Amino acid sequence: MRTIVYGRTADELTELLTRARELGCEAPDVAWLGGEPDADLQGELARFGAARILVVDDPALADMTTDVAAAALAGIMSDDAPTLLLMGSDLRGRELAPRTAHIVGAACVVDALSLSLEGDQAVTERYALGGNTVAGERLTTPRQIVAVNMKSVEPEPAPSPGAASVEQVTVDLTPSRIKVVETRPKPSESVNLEDAETLVCVGRGIEKDGDLELVNQLASALGGEVGCTRPLSHDFHWLSEERMVGISGKKCSPKLNVAIGLSGEIQHSVGIMGSKVIVAINKDKSAPIFKLADYGVVGDLYQVLPALVKELGQG
Amino acid sequence: MDIIVLMKQVVDLEQVRIKHDTREPILDGLPWLFGEFDKCALEGALRLKEAHGGTVKVIAQGHPKLKETIKEALAMGADEAVLITDPALEAPDTAGAARVLAAAIKASGPYDLIMAGAGSADEYTGQVPSRIAQELDLPQVGFVREIDLADGKLTAVRDLEQAHQVVEVETPALVTAVSELNEPRLPPLTAILRAARKPVSELGPADLNLDADALTPSLEQTSNLAPAQARKNVMFEAAPDEAAAELAKALRKEGMV
Repeated sequence: MRTIVYGRTADELTELLTRARELGCEAPDVAWLGGEPDADLQGELARFGAARILVVDDPALADMTTDVAAAALAGIMSDDAPTLLLMGSDLRGRELAPRTAHIVGAACVVDALSLSLEGDQAVTERYALGGNTVAGERLTTPRQIVAVNMKSVEPEPAPSPGAASVEQVTVDLTPSRIKVVETRPKPSESVNLEDAETLVCVGRGIEKDGDLELVNQLASALGGEVGCTRPLSHDFHWLSEERMVGISGKKCSPKLNVAIGLSGEIQHSVGIMGSKVIVAINKDKSAPIFKLADYGVVGDLYQVLPALVKELGQG
Repeated sequence: MDIIVLMKQVVDLEQVRIKHDTREPILDGLPWLFGEFDKCALEGALRLKEAHGGTVKVIAQGHPKLKETIKEALAMGADEAVLITDPALEAPDTAGAARVLAAAIKASGPYDLIMAGAGSADEYTGQVPSRIAQELDLPQVGFVREIDLADGKLTAVRDLEQAHQVVEVETPALVTAVSELNEPRLPPLTAILRAARKPVSELGPADLNLDADALTPSLEQTSNLAPAQARKNVMFEAAPDEAAAELAKALRKEGMV
């Protein structure tokens, strides 16, 4: 099946090209919006197997608003031959994939956990019912769009490089009625929870900001990163938003996840389901997190954490 | 500013239980409510109305119990509600849902702004608002955490992974809210009582003029089960020092430390 990958950085595109080849598409195309990619990136795309780089360059794309970007991608997949468009399920992708799909009459899945092909139909899995279930879906339209969870496949160069020939595609685009006035970089901590091998997640069982030190001590004893439930990052602002783990935050698959003082509400648990080993520390024996745990300690985290740090220090 | 707020009725997801043998979710008898992001969208609309005048109309689709659920939105301060509860309009996927809601928006008169949650509480795909924006040919601003109207100009701050983007929006437009936008109000009892007197209308298939193929499915669901979780469930309930020692031992055995 013809496969096109869309992204804006080398990291995204090389991962998506790898996935396209894993699906059995040996000559995937790249969709590129804006001025054509520089020589370095073109070389990278060739190395990862891109057959063509389909470029839509138009002044209307300057702000990369979703309405215009969707129209441009729809222009790239304008014929109705079976085509799969893959992109990353980041915030832009989550908006862009369905809007593009609506223009071309495509089935669309965002936040896909898994993706495979059966003939000319994509088959996906994603969390549903607030994370209580995993929905398997088969996309039955000729054109299909899937926004996949990223950083789930290690980019692999193609066995033989692709031509990565640049082709300009002309699409009639109307400028957006939205104007981007300013883009303010977030004060970044550059924390990368998705890649952490050990994660220590904390919830509302911690009583105040200063007590997070106990959690940090455990994280450093284990050589891990600190994540949290939504209230701690978004309501109390004790930790940065990048540390929020759950259905609307990071989804992590560490080797070890330690859940501290959190009940295990499904909106959070979804983000840690992929962990190899889950440890829960909670004073409430009936907390749902214990059902998800390999090892559970029923006790006051203010006593258990220092004791555990001490134990690990004696390792 | 006349604002339409889209809200989705969902079951209380914290109360979903799973059948042990089949891993199927049990949804019977669960309470129905509105998701948190939807309430943030409504709160955002109410604050714009309170500061600048205008109206707030809620359009919601769901189960017949929606007639009860909608009272919360009206009690929060929406002026009126338009409901879609006819099972014939139940869409099989996000494309169909967007067509039904877009048709309902068209049937409900003029508006300046459409607001919705960035994702529903149950599916959290956020596909429907994007598809509605396309269906109605509107510009869209997703993941909005601040919104303001000054000198007739609507500005919003949207969330992206690495940045916040400040945008100016020419209306009509569609925006979606994240929970940073506000803290939705809890209506007082008097408002809940008054809500019963606010206008609520219903739209059915005859009102919406949908194309014959508007609800043709674009995908099929092959399964919807709780993920299989095979966890050891080993519990340590001794005093903290002893439990910590047992846990550390277990983690060493697993090769985790």
